[in-house]
Amino acid sequence: MKYEPEIVHRLAVVMKKCGRCSKPAVLHITELQHGEVQALHLCETCAKEYLSQAPSAPPEEMPASIEAESEEDLDELDQRVCPNCGITFKEFRAQGRLGCPHDYIAFEDELLPLLENIHGETEHCGKIPKRAPDSSQRQFQLIKLRSELRTAVEEERYEDAARIRDAIRQVETMPAHEGPTVE
Amino acid sequence: MDIESLAHKSGEWLRATGPESDIVMSSRIRLARNLAQFPFPNRADDTARAEIEEILHSQIERISTGRRLSYIPVSNLEQLDRQMLVERQLISREHSENRGRRGVGISDEENVSLMVNEEDHLRMQVLHSGFALDECWAEIDRIDDAIEAELTYAFSERLGYLTACPTNCGTGIRVSVLLHLPALVITKEIQKVFQALQKIGLAVRGLYGEGSQAMGDFYQISNQVTLGKSEVQLIKTIQDVIPNILSYERRVRTALVKENRRGLHDQVSRAYGILRNAQTISSEETMHLLSSVRMGINLGLIDDLEIPTVNELFIHTQPAHLQKIRHEKLESAERNVARAAYIRQRLAGRTPEQN
Repeated sequence: MKYEPEIVHRLAVVMKKCGRCSKPAVLHITELQHGEVQALHLCETCAKEYLSQAPSAPPEEMPASIEAESEEDLDELDQRVCPNCGITFKEFRAQGRLGCPHDYIAFEDELLPLLENIHGETEHCGKIPKRAPDSSQRQFQLIKLRSELRTAVEEERYEDAARIRDAIRQVETMPAHEGPTVE
Repeated sequence: MDIESLAHKSGEWLRATGPESDIVMSSRIRLARNLAQFPFPNRADDTARAEIEEILHSQIERISTGRRLSYIPVSNLEQLDRQMLVERQLISREHSENRGRRGVGISDEENVSLMVNEEDHLRMQVLHSGFALDECWAEIDRIDDAIEAELTYAFSERLGYLTACPTNCGTGIRVSVLLHLPALVITKEIQKVFQALQKIGLAVRGLYGEGSQAMGDFYQISNQVTLGKSEVQLIKTIQDVIPNILSYERRVRTALVKENRRGLHDQVSRAYGILRNAQTISSEETMHLLSSVRMGINLGLIDDLEIPTVNELFIHTQPAHLQKIRHEKLESAERNVARAAYIRQRLAGRTPEQN
């Protein structure tokens, strides 16, 4: 069966128990509520039930004043608009798809925790366009090398670690106009 | 490339020429890219979509990657032709069902597919037979460089390649390997494999990706995370884990033969018998029986049939292919009859009685 994305529904990332019963969770839901990221881990039965409910209906026993306040916050957050493509944060929440590359800047505060939740990281360390300016090429090279260094140390590959450390030093001391070569 | 001729041939990746292709059907890498100056496809109006298509279409025609690429304007295709491209794994279901201007660049061998105006402006895919992720990466990396040479991708220093869905940003890479695991399914050991893979952040899906059922005991293993790790690191995670699954499947196959060779031989022979003789057969039963036969060939229990034929049958017996081969629209019951006839014909060509 296909679940429509609320924000991002992701099939099992890690094995966890369902948050509502003790069956293994198969659905991991990351949701933005009242401006906060909430992670839910549900088994298939509870997930179906959860997804069939109206999105984020406030519990009835919630005091009226707080309810009003949080709804206002949520409204305010939802009404934020990307000046470039005109998408509101609410539309993104409903579709799970952004409107344009600029959204990553326009909604940065909201997206960073979401990205952290999805990927466990918020810094790219991989290929970069050959057309990127030298300074960012160098910056990426450093991020990539530092990440490799972390992995090497974790895996106790100390010779590799030493080699990577030298490479980092070399990039750091390289004159700006020379720009490192990118693999 | 001519869409009419597609139904009668098959992609290079089905020919079982790659490493470990008894179990690894195919290796695939896809990259998601967007042009910096346009909204993402779902937010782009008709004019913008047309402009995006024009830019990428002409760039795809211009690049030289060692393979001849043909561009097919998917938005002009009939539903049946689009469905056939989905069945061949050349476009996604989303791309087939989407609205507005869109297209795909496909190499003659069907190893390369470059979708324009899918969820992202550009979704590139390289597909190889067997366990061959390094080859996939080398090729797709080259294609990516060639396309980027004259275009500016949406890219942020911090977040990498920017994509319509935040689950793909960073590297925009999806590395996946399609495995045929019948023995692990029979013995229900497959559940343990799922759990182990989930623990290391890998996803398991069916033959046709997200939301699809595991048909014919095929499972697609792929990375979930795309940000914070390099392409090579993400590929290595998959490369490290696959050999364990392969030896697990092989161990269980050997044990099954050892325990009850006659029973297993009987089971795969019956599956083969039904496929050679059935007069009407559903897609589901076909997949199930083909899976048995495929394992039978690999265990030496069936010796007059080749793996590439079985691989092809998995694709050619699907609804759109059958209708394209028969040149007519067929209802489900008619398709089951056409499917049985097509399978009988394909398998008869190989039986010793006919030789």
